[in-house]
Amino acid sequence: MIALGQFLEVLIGGLMSGVLYSLVALGFVLIFKASGVFNFAQGAMVLLAGLALVRSLDLLVANGFPLWVAIVLGIGFAAVIMAITAWLIERFVIGPLVNQDGLTLFMSTIGVTFILEGAAQMIFGSGSYPLRLFPTDAWFLFDNLFPGGILVNKLDVWGGFIAGILVAGLAIFFQQTKTGRALRAVADDHMAAQSVGIPIGWIWFVVWLVAGLVALVAATVWGTKLGVQFSITFLALKALPVLIIGGLTSVPGAIVGGLIVGAGEKIAEVFLGSYIGGGIEYWFAYVLALAVLLVRPQGLFGERIIARV
Amino acid sequence: MLYREAGQFKTTYAEDMAIFPIHQDRIALAILLGIAFIGVPLLADFDIWPFGSDYLLRAILLPFLILALAAIGVNILVGYCGQISLGSGAFMAVGAYSAYKLGTGVHIPLAWLGFAISIPPLPVLLSILLGGLTAAVVGILFGIPSLRIKGLYLAVATLAAQFFFDWVFLRVAWFTNYAPSGSVNAPTLDFFGLNVGTPIERYMLCLIFVTVFAFLAKNLVRGNLGRQWMAIRDMDIAAELIGIRPLYAKLTAFAVSSFIIGVAGALWAFVYLGSWEPLAFSIERSLQLLFMVIIGGLGSIMGSFIGAAFILILPIMLNLLPTQLGVPLSTETITHLEFIIFGSLICYLLIKEPHGFARLISIGKEKLRLWPFPY
Repeated sequence: MIALGQFLEVLIGGLMSGVLYSLVALGFVLIFKASGVFNFAQGAMVLLAGLALVRSLDLLVANGFPLWVAIVLGIGFAAVIMAITAWLIERFVIGPLVNQDGLTLFMSTIGVTFILEGAAQMIFGSGSYPLRLFPTDAWFLFDNLFPGGILVNKLDVWGGFIAGILVAGLAIFFQQTKTGRALRAVADDHMAAQSVGIPIGWIWFVVWLVAGLVALVAATVWGTKLGVQFSITFLALKALPVLIIGGLTSVPGAIVGGLIVGAGEKIAEVFLGSYIGGGIEYWFAYVLALAVLLVRPQGLFGERIIARV
Repeated sequence: MLYREAGQFKTTYAEDMAIFPIHQDRIALAILLGIAFIGVPLLADFDIWPFGSDYLLRAILLPFLILALAAIGVNILVGYCGQISLGSGAFMAVGAYSAYKLGTGVHIPLAWLGFAISIPPLPVLLSILLGGLTAAVVGILFGIPSLRIKGLYLAVATLAAQFFFDWVFLRVAWFTNYAPSGSVNAPTLDFFGLNVGTPIERYMLCLIFVTVFAFLAKNLVRGNLGRQWMAIRDMDIAAELIGIRPLYAKLTAFAVSSFIIGVAGALWAFVYLGSWEPLAFSIERSLQLLFMVIIGGLGSIMGSFIGAAFILILPIMLNLLPTQLGVPLSTETITHLEFIIFGSLICYLLIKEPHGFARLISIGKEKLRLWPFPY
């Protein structure tokens, strides 16, 4: 029975890393829901938030602030940076492109990606910076059931916990607050929302800000896992198949899609990888997304696309 | 005054439909081709700066020509048919590796059947073209999702191609002839007994390829097929209603585009790089090609050239300028600046001039027609 213990361990590890994909995917979904913009820059925003946080943290600690003050100030600083970024993006890129088709907006976010990547690294440095906010050691569970137990990383559990809080918070924000209702109205129909007096520019700023804050959360978890470095932007590319599988407009879809991708790629890597050369993780998610696209283009939870092709 | 078409009467239908109907355009093109085909080799032959040094040919003109060719391919798919693709790098890789396999001999051992399929090494020209053909087949395969999905969803589907082929060429040793380092060397460039080795010969080779394919592409996009692509791009439902088959139009766009990109990939590997590994065709290459097309002009063959030139020359300028001005910047800062400038330019162009530099040129032409009078 080596298989069951190992399988469970791989499954749990995969699900937990899937939660991290979900964190990035959430940012995409928020922006897409509220403005119809497919935000390629989400990965760059994670990088920017992470760099702002880790660099300010280092600076504050080096200047003798106690750790908890440094963490609070650092997170506050990173949040301000994300707010400024959100305002700049809304003001100079997305605002002037109102009513353009989705493709143009998508390509403009590729441009934003490049700007953010360049600016973030120029301002905050381009090395790899370790971030220590969460414990990274491991638990061994059920070692009475399986020989050696099941190894579970504490960080992954933290990640899952944070993602849960985030989703709950976003749900309350979207359903219960005035701004949240306005957001949903804008997502439904720009023109109608504007004509009942919803300030569309402000709403888009809020959306980008929320996406930036989600990026900040993702950055804290990913940064603890991998260190804050440039390769974190590739997360954005990993989050794309998550979105396709879950559905572009669905918050639960982002979570479930992330879990499916995380678990699927780890299981495929461990149990199939050895037969066909390893490294399946690299493309598994994309091919899964391709299959989903062919069978169910709207994804598992997405709204039905009425546009005919 | 100089650029005026008054008095150029078209008396036959063929004249009216000519590829370059304006006399001055034909002259300009002839001059341009003359410089490219005769001027550059002569200058290089007489060692006139900067053409005497290998640097210009090897580091600027060669990649410019090949990437312009690839950009034409991308433009056919993205600019003319409106199917966004983030997998161009993968199609380049498919072209490069299949040309490599064909050029060095294919051996497929079918042990369970008791025999093996062997193809002797093919001539370089043939293997480059067949490499393009393989890319076309792969392009059609990855274009099939475009029949059900469009826009962003398709972008992700083509991204799947990119990551899948990155992996295939990295991990499946058969494609690299079991090279231990994973990097492969191009076969000697032997064209009908003529060995293409020096930079100027390589330049001429690529120039011939690019000229031929640019003319083919230009004629294709203004013909029946090209108009079908554009109809699909502008409004697919309306196109279907007037009798255009989306299946045929989209898949031909994928095939032609991938063929050209594949040939460009083979040239990039064989002529420019010489020895390469899968990293040469990563996602960055795909994005670079997409930017060339956006900046140069979506739906313009000439735009592909302008975009390729711009994207290649901008980093070089950024490297030269600070030292010339006496403000030394670290290479890191320059890379980051390059990122920022590219990003800003893309955003700026998308907002102000969605048709890219090609549109600016045609506006300039309109102005020139009237100059020096206001109307």
